[in-house]
Amino acid sequence: MSKNTLYDKVWDLHQVGQLPGGSTQLFIGLHLIHEVTSPQAFAALKEKDLSVRCPERTIATVDHIVPTNNQQRPFADPLAEEMLRTLEMNCSKNGIKFHGIGTGQQGIVHVIAPELGLTQPGMTIACGDSHTSTHGAFGAIAFGIGTSQVRDVLASQSLSINKLKVRRIWVEGELAKGVYAKDLILHIIRTLGVKGGVGYAYEFGGPAIKLLSMEERMTICNMAIEGGARCGYINPDQVTYEYLKGRSHAPTNDAWNKAIKWWKSLCSDEKSIFDDQVNFNATEIAPTVTWGITPAQAIGIDESVPESSSLPKNEKAITEEAYSYMGLKAGQEISGLAIDVCFIGSCTNGRISDLQTAAEIVKGKRVAKGIKAFVVPGSEQVAKAAIHDGLDVIFKQAGFEWREPGCSMCLAMNPDRLEGRQISASSSNRNFKGRQGSASGRTLLMSPAMVAAAAIQGKVTDVRTFFKTNSDQSSKTL
Amino acid sequence: MNTSSTFPSGEIQRIKGCCISLPGNDIDTDRIIPARFLKCVNFEALGEQVFADDRKELNGFHPFDIPINKGAKILIVNDNFGCGSSREHAPQALMRWGIRGIIGQSFAEIFYGNCLALGIPCATIERRESDELVESVRNKPLTEWDFDLNKLEVSNNNISFKLSIDKGSLGMLINGSWDATSQLISQGEKIDKTIAKLPYLNDFF
Ligand code: SF4
Repeated sequence: MSKNTLYDKVWDLHQVGQLPGGSTQLFIGLHLIHEVTSPQAFAALKEKDLSVRCPERTIATVDHIVPTNNQQRPFADPLAEEMLRTLEMNCSKNGIKFHGIGTGQQGIVHVIAPELGLTQPGMTIACGDSHTSTHGAFGAIAFGIGTSQVRDVLASQSLSINKLKVRRIWVEGELAKGVYAKDLILHIIRTLGVKGGVGYAYEFGGPAIKLLSMEERMTICNMAIEGGARCGYINPDQVTYEYLKGRSHAPTNDAWNKAIKWWKSLCSDEKSIFDDQVNFNATEIAPTVTWGITPAQAIGIDESVPESSSLPKNEKAITEEAYSYMGLKAGQEISGLAIDVCFIGSCTNGRISDLQTAAEIVKGKRVAKGIKAFVVPGSEQVAKAAIHDGLDVIFKQAGFEWREPGCSMCLAMNPDRLEGRQISASSSNRNFKGRQGSASGRTLLMSPAMVAAAAIQGKVTDVRTFFKTNSDQSSKTL
Repeated sequence: MNTSSTFPSGEIQRIKGCCISLPGNDIDTDRIIPARFLKCVNFEALGEQVFADDRKELNGFHPFDIPINKGAKILIVNDNFGCGSSREHAPQALMRWGIRGIIGQSFAEIFYGNCLALGIPCATIERRESDELVESVRNKPLTEWDFDLNKLEVSNNNISFKLSIDKGSLGMLINGSWDATSQLISQGEKIDKTIAKLPYLNDFF
């Protein structure tokens, strides 16, 4: 059993008590809600004549269902409009702060909470969305919950939950140029499998993790759930504190110093005991792309689609299902695979640094003929910063569409969807069958830089060749 | 379609009914209920939409469409069932179709928790036993089974298979305390005490 890890310390502090069934009643420091998983929870509350216990610890936004081309109200889709209205009404009735469209603070829930400084080290955070693990990047213990649990947190600001084991994922080395946090997490999931983390919280650490920016750390923790781990977290450090300082909800003055002292005391250290540890080396990782229908079906850009005989026996069925769904053959190279749609966005990779990286790749180039390419900022703040830096112009000049913030084509709850068997290069987190809105649509997950490269070439491409060409050119001009 | 009055309530000690087997590992919640059906402010219509895309693809041959499976209450699945999105719409859709208990080799955690919160036990079974159970269900789909939580087994008149359910959830199902809300709110004082000792709720302003 783990001891003295950040997870243990935060868990202990938030324990309200033991429930008769044996699980822990855990206090939730921050509850994030959105339009998809909250309406039924509010309805249940009303049915039982209960009220929201800590409205000031509950924060709402709208993200999944918002259209990204025309956000004029009422929305063209009456169902989407009804969901948003229901959320607005629930928030105003219960005194919950709602970051709606046009407030300058709306966006994907996992993008806005960190940028508003709501997400802080040492908190417990819950949200009716599996990618809540994102907030672990700050050293918070954050997990996705279902609607019944949303109801529980609304009613009691606490949850009935069992403690997880803690696995340390230790990453030595440093990511090479053209290789990003997304490649690292896809590599980890590829190695440990989609259910390797079931029953665990993943603590990501080691030199390679230390070098990552806050936004890159969020990409890592965001996808912990895709490896089966309900929580992923990183011990807070200077990078964390610098990101937080000055954000609207971050502590100030004296309180800031007190906060840092407390945050430091929470970190895992030599005294920490983990349930187990898995080691990786970042230096060896290549740009990584999924070829199949689970995030673990990923390969390096230089590799080819694996033979099912080379994989563990229990993966044979899902591998064959993936060949047939994706229309790919074992042994086929992934590089060069033609694509139809390029999507840059989502809570995994829709932050400002992601847009900057992608913009650098596309600057001065043109999207290949016949490709639909679009960029969806993760939040209104991201959009504003990008426009300020002229990224929207770079993208538009290259032939990308520039959209309004939302979940967009990460999932099929708004007008952005694949059609038929279209194949997308996507910076999102799930390549499940039908995930992007067409029951036969196909998704290749990759870093935003790789999506940008794919858009320019019209096919899956090693983004590192872009850097090489640039330096070749510059050496020629010299 | 079932009405809410027949949904699980109180103590859940046994489920009697036919089994329906759904083969495949890593069946994610997007497949159980595709995202477009999440556009709703209540769960009512979900029972008809369960596995919508898979069913369409199989054109009448999906287990959930085969007439003989109609009315089945116990769902038999393989490994890592319910992975992916946290949507409670997934167990809601299964429940509204008629499923009252699930037996599988393993379950994704959030899905498992969501099922528990609805009073739907998810029991695990060893792979070899599972193969035998599936075989037996396939051969005689109309056999009535008894999914007994006290004995931790699923049986019919001829055979029985061992199941396991973690102690905490099992206790909650058997004694009817799986509906956590009332237990959680009854601890008001302890919640206040916890709030009082959290630095970020007291000292950081
Ligand atoms: S961007 Fe995608 S994964 Fe993230 S919250 Fe939205 S739908 Fe979920």
